[in-house]
Amino acid sequence: MAPNDVGSTGIGASVRRREDRRFLTGRGTYTDDINRPNQTYAWILRSPHAHAAIKSIDTTAAKGAPGVVAVFTGAELGKFGMPCGWLVTGKNNTPMVEPKHPALAEGKVRHVGDPVAVVIAETKSQARDAAEKINVDYAPLPAIMDMKAALKGGGTPVHDAAASNLCFDWELGDKAAVGAAFTKAAHVTKLDLVNNRLVPNAMEPRAAIGDFDRATGEHTLYTTSQNPHVIRLLMGAFVLGIPEHKLRVVAPDVGGGFGSKIYHYAEEAIVTWAAKEIGRPVKWTAERSEAFISDAHGRDHITHVELAMDKDGKFLALRCETLANMGAYLSTFAPCIPTYLHGTLLAGNYATPAIHTNVKAVFTNTVPVDAYRGAGRPEATFQIERLIDKAARELKMDPAELRRRNFIKPSQFPYQTPVALVYDTGNYDATLDQVLKLSDAAGYEKRKAESKARGKLRGRGLASYIEACGIAPSNVVGSLGARAGLYEAATVRVNPTGNVTVFTGSHSHGQGHETTFAQVVSDMLGIPMDQVEISHGDTNRVPFGMGTYGSRSLAVGGTAIVKAIDKIVAKGKKIAAHMLEAAEADIEFKNGKFQVAGTDKSKAFGEIALAAYVPHKYPLDTVEPGLDETAFYDPKNFTFPAGAYVCEVEVDPETGVVEVQSFATADDFGKIVNPMIVEGQVHGGLVQGIGQALLETCVYDKDGQLQSGSYMDYTMPRADDVPSFKVAHSVTACTHNPLGVKGCGEAGAIGAPPTVINAIIDALSEFGVTHIDMPATPNRVWKAIQDAKAGRH
Amino acid sequence: MPTVNLTVNGKAVSANVEARTLLVNLIREQLGLTGTHVGCDTSQCGACVVHVDGKSVKACTMLAVQANGSKVTTIEGLANGDKLHPMQEAFREHHGLQCGFCTPGMVMSAVCLAKGHPNLTEKEVREGLEGNICRCTGYHNIVQAVLAGAKAMGG
Ligand code: FES
Ligand code: FES
Repeated sequence: MAPNDVGSTGIGASVRRREDRRFLTGRGTYTDDINRPNQTYAWILRSPHAHAAIKSIDTTAAKGAPGVVAVFTGAELGKFGMPCGWLVTGKNNTPMVEPKHPALAEGKVRHVGDPVAVVIAETKSQARDAAEKINVDYAPLPAIMDMKAALKGGGTPVHDAAASNLCFDWELGDKAAVGAAFTKAAHVTKLDLVNNRLVPNAMEPRAAIGDFDRATGEHTLYTTSQNPHVIRLLMGAFVLGIPEHKLRVVAPDVGGGFGSKIYHYAEEAIVTWAAKEIGRPVKWTAERSEAFISDAHGRDHITHVELAMDKDGKFLALRCETLANMGAYLSTFAPCIPTYLHGTLLAGNYATPAIHTNVKAVFTNTVPVDAYRGAGRPEATFQIERLIDKAARELKMDPAELRRRNFIKPSQFPYQTPVALVYDTGNYDATLDQVLKLSDAAGYEKRKAESKARGKLRGRGLASYIEACGIAPSNVVGSLGARAGLYEAATVRVNPTGNVTVFTGSHSHGQGHETTFAQVVSDMLGIPMDQVEISHGDTNRVPFGMGTYGSRSLAVGGTAIVKAIDKIVAKGKKIAAHMLEAAEADIEFKNGKFQVAGTDKSKAFGEIALAAYVPHKYPLDTVEPGLDETAFYDPKNFTFPAGAYVCEVEVDPETGVVEVQSFATADDFGKIVNPMIVEGQVHGGLVQGIGQALLETCVYDKDGQLQSGSYMDYTMPRADDVPSFKVAHSVTACTHNPLGVKGCGEAGAIGAPPTVINAIIDALSEFGVTHIDMPATPNRVWKAIQDAKAGRH
Repeated sequence: MPTVNLTVNGKAVSANVEARTLLVNLIREQLGLTGTHVGCDTSQCGACVVHVDGKSVKACTMLAVQANGSKVTTIEGLANGDKLHPMQEAFREHHGLQCGFCTPGMVMSAVCLAKGHPNLTEKEVREGLEGNICRCTGYHNIVQAVLAGAKAMGG
């Protein structure tokens, strides 16, 4: 894009964020900050058991408690089933088992935290106090916790429809070709891995307010959502049967999502339904301990993976077997995560000719599992990058060299992988070279010696990653089982005096769209950024939208804006041609001016806008008044950001404590609109990835009680757990969207876990340790060292 | 119900509260100052940090009645009219916030940490913010912001 007069705020500039002022002064409006006149408060009574039959529920005492307005149970709300948005079809064309997921439990509870009843009262404390008076008679059943044991069946399954707790058994790739490649391999490396279960933990707990206007018959739901239109569609059409024109969903400022706020949750349907039922607004806000047992969790895979190589370390084939935990019910996009966002990514950055994967999805008595920052791609990357590292060690080869030898080379794009995807562009050697330099590979031995002098073991880890963002196109994902389209919509409304309001279906919950999108619009229209307003998050304002997840906002949502601007410019040219008495083909639009090519005759953008709304000298017989255009954009392909990361750790062999000493990244996100925001996204992703590698995990006991259910027990990364980062970019522009952008939101969380673990293994290699599970806590690291010393591995 | 009298952001306020009401609930629900956030129920996250008589306090760990007679400053009271406090300005300049949910608590903690310490080190900042969780930023830019903010405050 040609630089123009708005250069300092245009595409490529680190413009400071416009949303910051309200957040910094305490004037953001999050859902829990909203209060409706005459509002009531809901408290959800949740199951204390992982698995139990409900023999009876007695709500009499609760109904009579002070301030109580109503109490509802599965008797009223069990009829509403929470929908799943993706149908995966397994081997032999067998569709997944899709059991009902009632809004409030019906006859049985299936995980600790499963909602059983809702109390609505004048105050939150009254609702909470009354909930304690509900008497539920449970008959506990043995909890199904371990995926391998669950698949053997026996006992009462989580759902009657799945006797052996199997949701689906899915495969992808050419099994015969992989088998043949393995028989002629010179070397095979094998690895068993656990991808630990995580809790997303956006800092704003989920909240929802239902409101019903008796005069108009319109429902309004205020909710902490990444995609208000998706919630309107799912809840309106598939749960409560409210038509879209009578249902408004507002997702105001949202305090982080990381995937966990994509899904349609029961509480949204409960408050929406109850508000009409009782004739008053109903507000619900989760407490943190409630969030731990009711927000969808992430990851939770067990995998066996094998790599076949020839004598030179060239990859011949990869095969893996994964068990993926679905939890007790299918959350909105759960089935697609271990399949189409995981199996399809197993080529990584490498030209492996044959790949086969088998994924078995399992029901257990745990909180439902769905997408969490990266969603399937971190699991795929962890497998590949840990395996390659192990292979390099076995072959006594430099891990960077082994990767280089197998990278897909720039000349091979577009590259068809053996697992369905076509990568459009990339340069993996470039990011690898960049990160090795940035991380001072040359000075490593010296640093290692210094660490040793202090009694510490230093290790250096490397990983590459590829990500598939902006999941698309709709017709392809539809054929793979998606029950929604995956396009994005935008309206660009030019107001009469030349300022612009943009309505986008993307939703910002920290990503800074109000700034980035305004930069794009300002740059393209040649008007100052303060003349551009970005509006999002309200289904009554924005035409439609699929929301923000999977690093799709700029690549898909941004492109929809670009397409709408193209229409604005095209119409502007018609108007300008008339006003300037020139042929439309001779009009150029540059720097905010419509100009007759080769002359100095021009009209400013604002003059055209005014003419469109005050159409006095105007081509009324061929052009409508007004300057307001909407575009829907359905991408032709995913985008494929990629990169390489290096981290150095120090391990204290006496205590097992791991300290991340340095972390360097080189990412290729395609073209970048706001480098400051992009770097912030990388930092945030890295810490979530480091958190997974070193600190975070869900611990359930055998009875299904979540032991790590609060910030006292679940180790969130804090400022003193992580270092500062060195981040760099290189650019290969995406070939199929006009901005050339790829997406950056998840990269850090995808690349960091294998990088950290590879570094720890490197540090422990002198003991012969070859693998350690995440999180690599001091206890685990210390034990690995002791076991290795004692020859127990 | 007990009555509490306190000064909030320079204004005298008086409210009737249940004895079990937390300071953060008084601030958010009764005074309508929703800039102070609640991110947890175990006093771990720091989203609720305000200043009570000049010291940073997790407003979820203090009963409203305990604040009786105190001077409380919330994030809404930090700027001087339209002019941001130097720490707020530093967070903006250094992109120390994304979703903004941890931000009020983070800024209030940072102001206290920086007071009298214009030359904080990175290590001191990281340790000093140990009681504030941010899930978005990875802390890198928060640390940069606090170092710059501390300088700008000049101690
Ligand atoms: S709300 Fe988390 S520490 Fe106060
Ligand atoms: S900016 Fe989102 S939690 Fe800190």
